[in-house]
Amino acid sequence: MESYSETAVEARRISKIFPGETEVRALDDVSVSIHRNEFFTLLGPSGCGKTTLLRVIAGFEPPTMGALFLAGTDISRLPPNQRPVNTVFQNYALFPHMSVANNIAFGLEMLGKPKDEVRKTVDDMLRLVRMEALSARRTSEISGGQQQRVALARALAPHPEVLLLDEPLSALDLKLRKEMQIELKRLQNETGITFIFVTHDQEEALTMSDRVAVMNAGKILQIGSPQEIYQRPAERFVANFIGESNFLDATLSGHTATLKAGGAHEVDPPEGVSDGTVSVLVRPEHASVRVGEPKTNEMAATVETVVYSGEATTLHLRLGTGEALKARLPNSPGGGALPGQGTAASVSIAPGAVTVLKD
Amino acid sequence: MSEPIRQPRRGYSVRSLPGFAVVAVFTFFALYAPILILVAFSFNAGTSLAIWEGFSLRWYAQAAANEAVQEAAVRSLILAGVAASVATVAATMAALATTRTRRFPGRTMIYALINQPLMVPEIVTAVALLIVFAWIKVATGHTSMVYLISAHTAFCIPFAYLPIRARLETMDYTLETAAKDLYASPWKVFSRVTLPLMWPGIIAGYMLAFVISLDDVVITEFVKSAGQETLPTFMLGQLRRVVTPEINAISTIILAAGAILVSLFFWLSRGRR
Ligand SMILES: Nc1ncnc2c1ncn2[C@@H]1O[C@H](COP(=O)(O)OP(=O)(O)OP(=O)(O)O)[C@@H](O)[C@H]1O
Ligand SMILES: [Mg+2]
Repeated sequence: MESYSETAVEARRISKIFPGETEVRALDDVSVSIHRNEFFTLLGPSGCGKTTLLRVIAGFEPPTMGALFLAGTDISRLPPNQRPVNTVFQNYALFPHMSVANNIAFGLEMLGKPKDEVRKTVDDMLRLVRMEALSARRTSEISGGQQQRVALARALAPHPEVLLLDEPLSALDLKLRKEMQIELKRLQNETGITFIFVTHDQEEALTMSDRVAVMNAGKILQIGSPQEIYQRPAERFVANFIGESNFLDATLSGHTATLKAGGAHEVDPPEGVSDGTVSVLVRPEHASVRVGEPKTNEMAATVETVVYSGEATTLHLRLGTGEALKARLPNSPGGGALPGQGTAASVSIAPGAVTVLKD
Repeated sequence: MSEPIRQPRRGYSVRSLPGFAVVAVFTFFALYAPILILVAFSFNAGTSLAIWEGFSLRWYAQAAANEAVQEAAVRSLILAGVAASVATVAATMAALATTRTRRFPGRTMIYALINQPLMVPEIVTAVALLIVFAWIKVATGHTSMVYLISAHTAFCIPFAYLPIRARLETMDYTLETAAKDLYASPWKVFSRVTLPLMWPGIIAGYMLAFVISLDDVVITEFVKSAGQETLPTFMLGQLRRVVTPEINAISTIILAAGAILVSLFFWLSRGRR
């Protein structure tokens, strides 16, 4: 159990229903508690309710049901301008009639901070995001990446307790995006502010976050560290959304899953899964393939396609049961012999690599 | 006989229509030739409206010295200034209420009501106002400019409203959300973000309203009390008696003023960002 002082934001059973001809349940009974100083990511496909959750936290949308707590205080009814929460908008929303420096100063001025303090903080922020040279520019006269940094500085300047970032990197090209990912991590470390970050890019979520919440259709399906989410996804949707997956049929009996295609594996089934027929996940990189007859705990397979992709080769295999399985094998410098297309092969799965799914 | 082989048409162009050039030239001629003649003869040295007798500014001097013209010009400017100002304030509030609020029932109805002066024929409004104002004048004995000002304000509102609303609709609503997010109170959101950004629309609306008020004849003619001539009604009165190039000079000045304001309007409403 964590105490309130460690919790920055807590959403308790929040639902958001947009009324209309076809009622939209954008958030469906969402509960989450986000720690102080955490880099927390909301990950999910388009339309799953990520922006809506951010807007509820920022105060732009009142929740239809449920309550929102900030450091233990109920802020559900507080207007956005009274919440110590700032947002980096997806389109940045910089004020076009103000200079870069005036944009950054805006929040501080609205808080009624004395002039010299405002100037000092703006200077600090400009330095933090490396925009000192462009402080007098209009925001329409700077590049996309620079606008993104100004948006960040503007939101950080009032030193909010929580910073909300709605896909702030999605408009940037790949190279700039990678740079900004590192930059964001650095800023979060330096400022010690809780970041709630929205993305639909799973790689971005895994590389940047302390914890990730995977959402779909208004619900949070799983919350965990990137490792937990990747290695022990609770359900098929999560497994499918993050990384590449193989789903196989198996029979569960206590802590042992016996694959239909052959082989028994020790597993740690999630709560609520009872013995019997289950679906299990095997990541492609956890399967290895060799030429020859299968031994104990190996599966017989036929190689259907071989796909070379630089640092690895992916084999598309057909198991004896008719199930498909992808195996991703790292390419060694010597270029070891791999089974060729159409040949028979044996597949083994690394210990602990079989994950039982809830559905 | 086989059909003659036709060249495939390279795109459709109105220029290829027979007589297009003739119609175009004639239209421009009909539009601008009388105005050009009027402007030219305002600089005529003689009294004739048909025979050129050399260049002179005598009609401008005469118009400027004419006390009736001065009085009418001042009245026109005051009337246009006051009516355009009040109309612009009202139009700004109306534009905010119809774009910066949640959809409410009857919003479309309100658009229609605001734009009423664009749809009801001016002569109908003029007669209606004449009757109503006559009652009030009889009942109160009050005959100041207030009738003209309120009539002009009313028909100027839609002209001010349209550019302001157009501006608000192209403005990114997330800017105001961002201001709110950065601790701005509703009033600060308006004064620091909404108002500065909608300013070009407001100026454009003001200028359009000003020009519309400045050259109104019909409603003014019906509503004005005795002796409350504006420049256009003064000119109309003059024309009924004797036509001198002095009228040409006044017309040219109004034309120039209108042209400048309308050009400014287009320049501002190009939506500079
Ligand atoms: N103001 C609104 N009125 C009605 N429906 C809305 C409104 N805002 C969002 N929705 C609906 O709520 C659902 C969730 O939307 P939301 O914007 O939160 O998705 P998202 O996860 O941020 O998606 P994306 O990745 O595309 O930004 C969608 O089905 C959307 O159509
Ligand atoms: Mg979104």
